[in-house]
Amino acid sequence: MTVYLDIVASGVLTGLVYGLMALGLSVIFGVVRVVNFAHGELTVAAMYMAWVLAGSLGVDPILTLPLIAAALFAVGYALQRHLVEPFIGRPEHEQFMLLLAVSIIMLNGLLLAFGPDARHVPVDYAYDSIELGPMLLDTVRVYAAAAAVALALGLYLFFRFTDLGTAIRACADNLLGAQVVGLDVRRLYALAFGLGCALVGASGTLMVLMRDATPILAVQLTLLAFIVVIIGGLGSMAGALVGGVLIGVSEALAGFVLMPSLKSLFSYGLLILVLLLRPEGLMGRRA
Amino acid sequence: MSLISIEEVSVRYGDAQALDRVSLAVEEGEIAALIGANGAGKTSLIRAVSGIVPLAGGRVVFRGQDITGWPSHRIADLGIGQVAEGRQVFPTLTVEENLRMGAFLPRARAKLAPTLERIYGLFPRLAERRRQTAGTLSGGEQQMLAIGRCLMGQPDLIMFDEPSLGLAPTVVQEVFRTIRRLNEDGMTILLVEQNVAQSLRLAGHAAVLEQGRVTLTGTGAGLLADDRVRQAYLGL
Repeated sequence: MTVYLDIVASGVLTGLVYGLMALGLSVIFGVVRVVNFAHGELTVAAMYMAWVLAGSLGVDPILTLPLIAAALFAVGYALQRHLVEPFIGRPEHEQFMLLLAVSIIMLNGLLLAFGPDARHVPVDYAYDSIELGPMLLDTVRVYAAAAAVALALGLYLFFRFTDLGTAIRACADNLLGAQVVGLDVRRLYALAFGLGCALVGASGTLMVLMRDATPILAVQLTLLAFIVVIIGGLGSMAGALVGGVLIGVSEALAGFVLMPSLKSLFSYGLLILVLLLRPEGLMGRRA
Repeated sequence: MSLISIEEVSVRYGDAQALDRVSLAVEEGEIAALIGANGAGKTSLIRAVSGIVPLAGGRVVFRGQDITGWPSHRIADLGIGQVAEGRQVFPTLTVEENLRMGAFLPRARAKLAPTLERIYGLFPRLAERRRQTAGTLSGGEQQMLAIGRCLMGQPDLIMFDEPSLGLAPTVVQEVFRTIRRLNEDGMTILLVEQNVAQSLRLAGHAAVLEQGRVTLTGTGAGLLADDRVRQAYLGL
C-alpha cells in the first residue's frame, strides 16, 4: 500500500511544478485575454537555459532560477509590447495564428540550436530521497515542489497586496475602467505577459530537474498547461495549482498501474470529464 | 483662457461618424453641460478628450497645451478625470482597492492617504464598505465609488458621463448634489447628461449635441428657456 502513497506523493510534487507552469498561462490569459500557444516552447527554452548554465558554469538549476525567470520576463515583456499588442482587439483567430506561428518558430529555433536529442542536467542529489513518515520522496521533486509553492505564494502576495499587482488585477477586471482611471494599460499588459513568462521560466528550470530537455517536449507541455488550466478553472490561481496536482497524480498513478505511455489517456480523460460536468473548471467562476 | 478647449473634434468608428467637428470650451471653475439624446455622441466626446478613442480630426487643448493624440494615462495625469458611463468600477476589487487605483497616477500617489480619508468623509457609505468588493455594491454606491475613485486622482477637471443613468430618483438627487458641492469647492466640471432639466439648471455654459454635431449653445438658463430645447428634450 505504501507504494501507492509514494506514487501519489510523487504525483503531487510533480503536479505542483505543472501547476506553476499553468499559472503562467492563467495569468497571461486572465489579464491580456490572449492564449499563449508558445507556452511549452518557452518552458523548454527555459529548460535549455538551465542546461546551458549547468553545463558551462556548473551551477545548480535551482540557483539559476531567478536569472532564467528574469530572462523569460524580459522575453515576455518584449513579446507583448512589440508583437502581441498590435493584435489586441483584433479577431481571436488572428491572435491564435500569431501565437501559433511564434510557437512553431520557437520550436524550430530550439531544434536548430540544440538538436532533437534529450539533454539531461545532472545534480548531486538526483538519486537522493527524503523520508517523510511512511513515504519516501525524491529529493529533486521535493525541492522543485517547494520552490513552485514558494513562487506561487509570492505571486499571490504580489497580486493581493501591492499596488502594481492590484493595478494588473484592475486591468483584468475592467479594461475600460482601467483606462478611465488612467492606468497605463499597455505597460500593465506587458508586465502581466512578462510575469506569466517568468513563471514559465521558473517552472522550466524546475522541470529540468525531473525531465530531460528536448524541443519536442514543448508541444506536450503547451497542451499540459491548457489541460491544467481548464481543469482548475480559467483565471483561478488556486485552480491552476489544484489542476496541476490532479494531473500530476493521475499521470503518476496511470504510469504505475498501467504503463507510462498511457498516462496522457488519464489526463485527457479527466479533461473531458471536467468539460462535461463542470465546464468552468473546478475552481473557476461561472461566466 | 479656457481650462479645456475642444476644437473641431471628429471621431469615427469605421464608417460611422460619431462626432463631426465638435467644439466646446470649459472655463475654470464652471460647470459646463453637454446635453443630447442617446447616441448623439456624448460618450464619444469624453472618450476622445481622455485619449481612449482616437480623434479623426480636430484638437484638444488643456491649459494651453495641445494634448491631441496623447495616451489616456498621460492625459489623466495632467488632471483630466472622468466618471464614466456605467460607473466602470472594478467589480472583484474591494472598495478601498478601487479607490487606491484612482491614485495610481504619478500626480496623485503622494496624496493617497489624506485623500482617502477625505473621500470616506464625503461618502461614509464607502467607508463602511471599504473591505467589500465593488461588485456587491448597489448602483448608487457604485456611482459614489466611481466619483471617489476619480477624486483620488487629484483632477482639475472632471467629466461626468451620464451620472444619473440607471439610478433611483433619490440617488440621482444625491449625485447632482455631489456634483454641485464639488463645483462649489472649486472643481471644474463637464457634465454630459440625458437628464436635461437638471443639467441645465446646474450649468454655466451648455451645448446641445445632435447626431454628432453641436446644434445649439448658450448659458444653462438660456437653453432651459429656449423653445427648441423645451420641445425636444423637456417635452414642453
